[in-house]
Amino acid sequence: MCNGGSNAMADNNSSRADALGVSPGEVEQFRGYLMRYALLQLRDQTSAEDVVQETLLAAVEGGDRFSGKSTVKTWLTGILKHKIIDQVRRQSREQPLLQGEDDERSEADVIDGLFKADGHWQNFPANWGDPGNALENKRFWETFETCARLMPVKTARVFMMREVMELSTEEICKELDITATNCWVMLHRARLSLRECLETKWFGRV
Amino acid sequence: MLGNKVVRKSVRLFMHIPTCRETSALLSQTQDRKLTLFERVGLRLHLVVCTGCRQLERQLAFMRSAVKRYLERDDHPPR
Repeated sequence: MCNGGSNAMADNNSSRADALGVSPGEVEQFRGYLMRYALLQLRDQTSAEDVVQETLLAAVEGGDRFSGKSTVKTWLTGILKHKIIDQVRRQSREQPLLQGEDDERSEADVIDGLFKADGHWQNFPANWGDPGNALENKRFWETFETCARLMPVKTARVFMMREVMELSTEEICKELDITATNCWVMLHRARLSLRECLETKWFGRV
Repeated sequence: MLGNKVVRKSVRLFMHIPTCRETSALLSQTQDRKLTLFERVGLRLHLVVCTGCRQLERQLAFMRSAVKRYLERDDHPPR
């Protein structure tokens, strides 16, 4: 946490709340985490702030429902997930995932573009060395954010549902009304695009 | 001779070594579903001979963990 809160607050970080109820201060410390979570999925500052605000409010108001069986963080994430799913449903109503075979085709085209006709790589994936070092670098995370934002809306929606919300392919298919094959193709495309972007903007340079 | 044909056919089926494009799809899907035995064998056979796809395998694992780390990062300041 980067706020200058009291020690008591810092000690509460990821603690199990044994007392009934959760205090506003206790949930507030997770705002940053919840915002990053919501932003990756929703990609819109205002909607992300809205769902996080609603989550924190619901947590404080319904704090007595917190059973103490999980951490406060896990509990908050659960609430946030529900709110995000509602938003994603709204988003996909406004911007349906697949308007037809065109979209499906374009996903496959993007993947095809990375390979030669005989199935070999156009550009072989480079050696990233020990990529774990990047995790300690603040500028790497800026690159990561840029690459996540560069992903097309629909591709990102599926990818983040899988990687951030950790939904199964089946759950994603059900939510977005797509087939499993479709889902796999979109995830494949998403991962290869993210890989390409990270390599061009980061790992190719260090 | 029918037996011979069947054997040859099944060997070819079993030994199908996927291309890099197919391998990248299998590596991606490893994160989403359980691959079939044939797929797993093909994948391993390809990886033995292909450095590029081995890099991809490591990179995919890294990217998955990076998303998690991104979410967590400010919550665990150095003590």
